[in-house]
Amino acid sequence: MKRALSAALLHPAAKPVLFVLCSLPLAWLVYGAVANQLGANPAEALIRRLGDWTMRGLWLTLAITPLRELTGLAALARMRRMLGVFSFFYASLHLLAYGWLDMGLALDDIARDIAKRPFILMGFTAWALMVPLAATSFNKAIKALGGKRWQALHKLVYAVGVIGLLHFIWMRAGKHNFAEPVIYGAILAVLLGWRLWKRLGARRATRRP
Amino acid sequence: MLIRTPTPHDPLPSEITPRSAYLNRRQALAGLGITAASPLALAQGAAPGGGKLPKLPGVRSAVAGALATDKPTSYADATSYNNFYEFGTDKSDPAANAHTLKTRPWTVSVEGECAKPGRFDLDALLKLAPMEERLYRLRCVEGWSMVIPWTGYSLAELIKQAQPTSKAKYVEFTSLADKAQMPGVRSGVLDWPYIEGLRIDEAMHPLAMLVFGMYGEVLPNQNGAPLRLAVPWKYGFKSAKSIVRIRFVEKEPLSSWTKAAQQEYGFYSNVNPNVSHPRWSQASERRIGEDGLFAKKRPTLLFNGYEPQVGQLYAGMDLKKNY
Repeated sequence: MKRALSAALLHPAAKPVLFVLCSLPLAWLVYGAVANQLGANPAEALIRRLGDWTMRGLWLTLAITPLRELTGLAALARMRRMLGVFSFFYASLHLLAYGWLDMGLALDDIARDIAKRPFILMGFTAWALMVPLAATSFNKAIKALGGKRWQALHKLVYAVGVIGLLHFIWMRAGKHNFAEPVIYGAILAVLLGWRLWKRLGARRATRRP
Repeated sequence: MLIRTPTPHDPLPSEITPRSAYLNRRQALAGLGITAASPLALAQGAAPGGGKLPKLPGVRSAVAGALATDKPTSYADATSYNNFYEFGTDKSDPAANAHTLKTRPWTVSVEGECAKPGRFDLDALLKLAPMEERLYRLRCVEGWSMVIPWTGYSLAELIKQAQPTSKAKYVEFTSLADKAQMPGVRSGVLDWPYIEGLRIDEAMHPLAMLVFGMYGEVLPNQNGAPLRLAVPWKYGFKSAKSIVRIRFVEKEPLSSWTKAAQQEYGFYSNVNPNVSHPRWSQASERRIGEDGLFAKKRPTLLFNGYEPQVGQLYAGMDLKKNY
């Protein structure tokens, strides 16, 4: 079983398949917009669903390392970069959809909105923190930075996850509608908690010679 | 009780078509075989109702400002995109879940500071005053808007019958909260039952409407059947749905949304482009079904464009403080 999974992940077609899978939500949304199947308020539907897919992509990206260690499927690591870059892609579309469909690309209005409203500021900050990560997501950048510095930089993804979740909670707060934020929050807590637990475990191990 | 100051928009008494004349015209049209779900809908080019619900005709309202010139929203959009948390928080939830609501028998209890409290059966309410058709703009606090042809009459008609006392400074509206019929009531999203309120002079304003139907038919459950309010100059959540109790009170009622988030939803909640919601601007709105995906949103009007009719209710009031 494990061998079969590993072989599938290492197969030359694995990344193209993942690429197609990651593109499906966008294709579905574009189809929905063109075929007028996004309900009475398609702009709102587009903005929200792009936000949903940003979080799902990010959470999947953050799940790769724990899954890899728990299952021993080292080949999972091959998928992490594409998931991360797609998360940034969906985050950028989410921001673009907000700026265009909601704010009519009026840059001064957008700037004022970001400055004035904490939940927009949170979302924008999460996106801005993803920019350096996406910009250093290719091999040459890793080499140029050096593995250690690259890794340190990419720890930012934890902050992106937390700030993105805050953005979502804040957005739902006015309506007291926390069912979804609770689910996303619980999963993020597991993903980040696992890392913390590992780190504390490693510290304990080094203390005892 | 109600002091009406004529505004430039008010029609002169001589301009109003006598009731007998327009009823005759209707009959003539009907005789010619020209029938539609709603005479108003016909006149304004509105999409007719779904055709599945009983008809509820009304006469064209003569109340100043009651007939918007905007294009009516399609019946499909108006009945599929709703905020009615008793049936779920998603805007598609009410249409999916509200079929469990039983709208008959239905009684409304009128109580509190009034000379003639009582329990009104729905049929009695339907006959209390002549049904009118009005076309109102509806502006949701979330930044979208619709234009709905409602059927009903001025809330003032019912209030007058109850004869509120001098202590009746406010009117409180309570919606049904029945876990068996309303799955959303099982969640803790709001403190049920849903409570809303108006100042007595707001409630007596002829534009404040007690609604029984839309698009020439009785209200679909997801839109607040069997009776609801339509207060067109306030954000939509002020118009309580599926009302079971109307109470005259001396103190300002604590409405459900104010209780849930006071800094976001004030008691007045008049549509006001200059007072932004903490999480978004209220300066503009998206007209559902009309403004294209990439169209710029349209500017929101003070009191949702009903300023000529209702502006004097708030003369001298700081609308930023009394949001």
